[in-house]
Amino acid sequence: MALLELQNVHTFYGGIHALKGLSISVNPGEVVTLIGSNGAGKSTTLKTICGQTRAREGKIIFDGKDITQMKTHDIAMLGIAHVPEGRRIFPKLTVQENLEMGAFFTKDKHLIQEGIERAFQYFPRLKERISQKGGTMSGGEQQMLAIARGLMMKPKILMLDEPSMGLAPILVEQIFEIVTELNREGTTILLVEQNANQALSVAHRGYVIQTGEIILKDDAKTLLANPQVREAYLA
Amino acid sequence: MLLSILPQVLVDGLTLGFMYAVVALGYTMVYGILEFINFAHGEIFMVGAFVGTEVLLITDAIGALEGMNPYVALFMTLIITMILTGALGVGIERLAYRPLRGAPRLVPLISAIGVSFLLQDVVRFTEAIARNEFYLNTPVLFSGTVSVFGIATIPIKGLVVIILAIVLMIALTLFIGKTKWGIAMRAVALDPSTASLMTINVDKVIMLTFLIGSSLGGATGVLFAQNYGTIDPYIGFILGMKAFTAAVLGGIGNLRGAMVGGVLLGMLESLAGAYMGPLTNQAFGAEYKDVFAFSILILVLLFKPEGLFGEAVKEKV
Repeated sequence: MALLELQNVHTFYGGIHALKGLSISVNPGEVVTLIGSNGAGKSTTLKTICGQTRAREGKIIFDGKDITQMKTHDIAMLGIAHVPEGRRIFPKLTVQENLEMGAFFTKDKHLIQEGIERAFQYFPRLKERISQKGGTMSGGEQQMLAIARGLMMKPKILMLDEPSMGLAPILVEQIFEIVTELNREGTTILLVEQNANQALSVAHRGYVIQTGEIILKDDAKTLLANPQVREAYLA
Repeated sequence: MLLSILPQVLVDGLTLGFMYAVVALGYTMVYGILEFINFAHGEIFMVGAFVGTEVLLITDAIGALEGMNPYVALFMTLIITMILTGALGVGIERLAYRPLRGAPRLVPLISAIGVSFLLQDVVRFTEAIARNEFYLNTPVLFSGTVSVFGIATIPIKGLVVIILAIVLMIALTLFIGKTKWGIAMRAVALDPSTASLMTINVDKVIMLTFLIGSSLGGATGVLFAQNYGTIDPYIGFILGMKAFTAAVLGGIGNLRGAMVGGVLLGMLESLAGAYMGPLTNQAFGAEYKDVFAFSILILVLLFKPEGLFGEAVKEKV
């Protein structure tokens, strides 16, 4: 059974019909990527899943539960970590405080500390910056913090919105390595990317979205080889 | 002669300034999170003064106040008042502001002004029915003065105001700085939609903000009543305006700014009240103290519109 399933979801965003009957699913343990050009509806899909924009039609099922009408913080509580577009770390909170917020619902202080230690294993750079304000760090460090903050929740699914955006190629490489590693350790990942090449090379399956509709879905390898995909997104 | 009254003037300014500061915190906390000026906050302060006074009057009427340690009496009054005004603030947010969230900015502002009038009149009616008048004299718990280095005398009630205000400010600073919910309040102030992705219930954080701000406002009402002895349902307006001014002076949304702005405004007002007459040969007497204080405010804002501790605001996209 799919961990996350969108069934025929329609979303309107400022009067625009942004998602037109979207259906996607993510199975436990998978890395699934949603690729498409700017404005295709990738971010809207993630926002709709976590309740920041409402689906007007259709159903979103997570872990067997209908979450279509649930509130954002309750959806997050079920184990959906959304690392939003543009990182959105809390700029005036320290790295430590940002991470603590990621584990907001965890009461046990030891568990929070363990989570922070684990995050530092993935991102040793953050350890050096622990008492620095998030907003004073570089873009790459902020992206690491945003992902680390998402991991603090010990999510059942990690949704990453364009983690490679605005980063130097070496950092992009590093971020995708971490995605692979997280997945190897059991985290299910839904990855939204414009960088289709990189995304498809770490994913198991992929969906191609265009003006709010899924136009292609297949194994990542097959999509990588698809001439249509190559021409539109891998040029 | 002018210099000899200076210590006294400074002490009076501090007493007044700390009251402004604590009330200013309520304005600035709510603004920090909702970017909304809760104009009813001055009236919460006023309700606090009345609740505190009623607690003491009733305690006195049943004969329990006499013989009670004044510090115990004050502590009891503060706790009861803070609980009630805190609940009042939460209730106002729930009924008068939350339904208007997402409406154009002026709408909740008008609602807040409406709540102000409502609170003034409810207190007035209640007191008029219960006691036949709405100017009340508070049983003053502290008398006597202490001498500071022999150059100034502070009435003990003034000292109580200053010390309690400082205690409340330290408690708030620690709460906001160190506790999980305090950090969550800062996170929500920075970015509510991202905070909700971290399982933070933004509505709860807003409630908490009103709870804390209003209980601080109510506590200040008790201190005000203790310090000045007489209260009426309209004391919230001018004190609220001054506290709001203090918050803007310090940089609205900034806690430290509210504290410093409050004390500064109290000092300016006190200095102006004492010295403007003598220095201008009585052309401008103490009645011009507010003009002076607000002129300073205008000057500060001309050169630093974001306030002393504020940051230049970038328009949100």
